[in-house]
Amino acid sequence: MSIEKMTTTELLSLNKFNVDEEEAHIILDKNICAKCDDKPCLYVCPALLYKLDKDGNISFDYAGCLECGTCRLVCKAKGITKWVYPRGTFGVSFRYG
Amino acid sequence: MSETEKFDAIIIGAGPAGIACAYTLAKAGKEVLVIERADNPGGKNLTGGRLYTYALEMLEEGLSEEAALERKVTHEQIMILSEGRGTTIDYFDSGFSPYEGPPQSYTVLRARFDEWLAGKAEEVGANIVCGIRVDDVIEEAGKIKGIIAGDDEIYSDIVIAADGVNSFIAQRAGLIPDIPASSVGVGVKEIIQLDTSVIEERFHLQDGEGAARMILGCTEGLHGGGFLYTNIDTISLGLVLMPEEVAAAGKPVAELFQEFKNHPAIYPLIAGGSTVEYGAHLVSEDGYHGLPKKLYREGLLLVGDAAGFVINSGYSIRGIDLAILSGIAAANGICASSDIAKAGPQYIKEMEKLNLLPTLKAASGYRDLLNIPRIYSNYPYLANDFLGNLFTVNGEVAAPMKKSLKALLKKHNISFWQLFKDGLRGYRAL
Repeated sequence: MSIEKMTTTELLSLNKFNVDEEEAHIILDKNICAKCDDKPCLYVCPALLYKLDKDGNISFDYAGCLECGTCRLVCKAKGITKWVYPRGTFGVSFRYG
Repeated sequence: MSETEKFDAIIIGAGPAGIACAYTLAKAGKEVLVIERADNPGGKNLTGGRLYTYALEMLEEGLSEEAALERKVTHEQIMILSEGRGTTIDYFDSGFSPYEGPPQSYTVLRARFDEWLAGKAEEVGANIVCGIRVDDVIEEAGKIKGIIAGDDEIYSDIVIAADGVNSFIAQRAGLIPDIPASSVGVGVKEIIQLDTSVIEERFHLQDGEGAARMILGCTEGLHGGGFLYTNIDTISLGLVLMPEEVAAAGKPVAELFQEFKNHPAIYPLIAGGSTVEYGAHLVSEDGYHGLPKKLYREGLLLVGDAAGFVINSGYSIRGIDLAILSGIAAANGICASSDIAKAGPQYIKEMEKLNLLPTLKAASGYRDLLNIPRIYSNYPYLANDFLGNLFTVNGEVAAPMKKSLKALLKKHNISFWQLFKDGLRGYRAL
């Protein structure tokens, strides 16, 4: 595979994740997100986990989260109602770091 | 663990700050428990990065010789990019070791390094448990008395928050407010695997030598920069950007990074390699200015990234060494205080002794310098254009250099007055 231009989906597939299927560590209130004009989360998430669906609403999947915390800091509208680190052993495991 | 068991110290986070603290305390005979949320120490940790060895040597002489490090940095490089162009300054010193002892710095990968360092702490008696997330601290009568993880409560004389840049523990304990987005950069990085011989050829390295490169002009004018570190058989290539600026510009960090990677002066360095990991992390950008007003309260000390100990001078970034120093200082502060209530003030004194706070203070001017927006576009572009003119031979009579410089200043919207003001600002900052 050429590494020239990689999508985040390709990049994330290289990482080791142990997704916590029972407990989401980030939860959004999409009603609040719908009223947010700027939607900074679309741009700052290095994994591009925040996306706009065809109706212009935010869709989000916490699997693939690199746990950097940037989205929480730029979320002025407070649509992110919960942001905690994944429970112990869950989430990303860097093999290089 | 019995309910009555109580530790001398509980350390939250098995990064370099937490482990350095645990190591020093355990060696002094203290009962120490380190709690790490990753499966292994280092599993959640990310650096650019490099490690300055003096800090490891301070922890224990001779430690850096056996440490899980990558390449000794013999090439210090600064690269200036603009569209299709690049200038690289390469300072080479074969025995870059300004003090008696090991080479000054090594490139490093944190998953390997942190796990190795944690192993050393275990050897001297520290207890390290992984796979547990600390949720909160126990507070009684205004003092921190221990930690809460899930349904478990564990007590200790003192708690050390070594839980990183996004320290929820420091926030919970009321020592820092929530982090303002303007005070941190978001760093993204690919680890690209290449043959050892290919890396050594491309970067002109002898066996075991390495390069550390800071890159300007690769952020489409946004506050930030790139970095490249050569590891043994991988390259760490990354970009750090200020999140609020990225959001205002409306272009994803991930996209800016891929474009940077494909710059014609960057891509040949990694061509033919395969990416093996993609990571992201926050990095404190405010240095001394961003330190919490209080780095402790009774029963709790902040160390490493949780305390905001990072120096970004533009030409180098330091964090791991400062983290180690702060961990040692915290341990020394605890050991020197027969009354644990005095450990906090003593920790500050120990940081002064280890030159940690003075070092941060001395570097406090860099932030002003790096806040000059022209550093990220106008100046790097100007520099490349100027060199481009200098090396242009096209059969025409070349304009005098001062005339060409004047034209370039105009092209890049820099007045002499602006140049003078920025120069003065830079001079004052340094």
